[in-house]
Amino acid sequence: MAGRWRNDLNYSDVTPKQGFLNRRQLMAGGAALGGALAMGGIAGPALAGLGAKPSVYSTDAAPNALEDITNYCNFYEFGTGKDDPAKHAEKLTTDPWSVKIDGLVDRPGDYSFDDIMSGVELEERIYRFRCVEAWSMVVPWVGFELADLLARVGVRSEAKYVGFETLVRPAEMWAQNRAILDWPYREGLRLDEAMHPLTILATGLYDEPLPKQNGAPLRLVVPWKYGFKSIKSIVRITLSADQPPTSWNMANGREYGFYSNVNPQVDHPRWSQASERLVGGGLFAKRVPTLMFNGYEDEVAGLYDGMNLSRSF
Amino acid sequence: MARISVSQHINDVVRRVPAGLLYILAPLPAIWWFYQGLTGGLGPEPIRSLEHLYGELALQLLIAGLAVTPLRRFAGLNLLKFRRALGLVAFGYVVLHLTVWLVLDMGVWSRIWADIVKRPYITIGMAGLAALLPLAVTSNNLSLRRLGPVRWRGLHRLTYLAVLLGGAHYVMLVKGWQIEPILYLGLILALLAARLLPRRGRVAA
Repeated sequence: MAGRWRNDLNYSDVTPKQGFLNRRQLMAGGAALGGALAMGGIAGPALAGLGAKPSVYSTDAAPNALEDITNYCNFYEFGTGKDDPAKHAEKLTTDPWSVKIDGLVDRPGDYSFDDIMSGVELEERIYRFRCVEAWSMVVPWVGFELADLLARVGVRSEAKYVGFETLVRPAEMWAQNRAILDWPYREGLRLDEAMHPLTILATGLYDEPLPKQNGAPLRLVVPWKYGFKSIKSIVRITLSADQPPTSWNMANGREYGFYSNVNPQVDHPRWSQASERLVGGGLFAKRVPTLMFNGYEDEVAGLYDGMNLSRSF
Repeated sequence: MARISVSQHINDVVRRVPAGLLYILAPLPAIWWFYQGLTGGLGPEPIRSLEHLYGELALQLLIAGLAVTPLRRFAGLNLLKFRRALGLVAFGYVVLHLTVWLVLDMGVWSRIWADIVKRPYITIGMAGLAALLPLAVTSNNLSLRRLGPVRWRGLHRLTYLAVLLGGAHYVMLVKGWQIEPILYLGLILALLAARLLPRRGRVAA
């Protein structure tokens, strides 16, 4: 039921696809396409997409190149280097895949990826993405609203929170043999945050199935929170009455709060959150000011009315 | 005594390598990385990559300098003539690391100053640089003569502090329990502890 929430953008505000292919891609793609056309029009991968519908929730900022999004990742299960996930995630088996949905739901069970995907309407959501490390990207996700899946499994009235877990499979995710974090990676949202129309489960990127290093086959995307809240390669979703434990909060509660909303006024204890640098701008890219709720203030500020955001950070 | 012959063989080779070679080779990684940063070879976030590459090489060179004495004492390797160059080149890379942070990463003085006073890992990094400064200035024969060997050696014990601060700076900036910065700090502590071992007979006597 995508589109239950309205803002003042229209479909005409959505950036057309050629607008978000950046210069580098245009040059490379142009050369490749020229060759393909000359040879009789072989369809490149970009032409065989998921067919996701544009969304009014997309930003009009130009998305980062696919190359940037897939080669600059934090996915510590594959190592802590930014290029480690791109190097090692290929090992991950994502088919078959199932997600255990349990806790305070009417229809708990193991849902296969195909089952989850049947009946959802895929949308393209071009979101700003702000990492807690003070870098950011603009990402053209493909996915569906988490609320759609929750409605399908039936949320019981006692449920107040949603917890998520990433796959644990050290044989394929080598860095799970190291105690970087207490595996499995865990994340959580308050139910109203989870039900918000901006909150999606992403299954694709640039109208293609999600690359493994970006959290295939299914990941959360919560664009107004720091990136680590957007948990990857989800195998379990649990509805609960109590706030679920979350990995970074467990590792260092002083630095990483449960909410972790993007907030330029609340610094990380070790670095400032007032500014960020958009990845992909080269050696002379300047920092830009970070926006409250990562620029989604109009949409989500109401969720936190009356809360002290420096204390509930 | 295989070990002695191996170390003596190395010493023989080393004797023929002029220490000045280090100064000639030193700028090459800096130039190469900067060029790669300009041309996309350092990935989508070249500023961060360059900052880290310069900083990590500086730390490695400082640790190499710290290893010279224990290597001589415990392995019979004589690399003493490279120590000044190691220290000066390390200092050069610390300065480059700082420059990337100041100019490319931060860019605005208010932001820089706020980080220096508010962020412990930046404060500690700056303290490390401050400790290296008098060492870099006095790493020449004239200063050694002016200060005299006792005072000069006393002053240059600041290296221990500087390297420790550098190692701590690295450990403090990463998220979660990452192995590399802890290995560096462990190595630094081991090399410092090696200096506390009581002197016995010379290994390579």
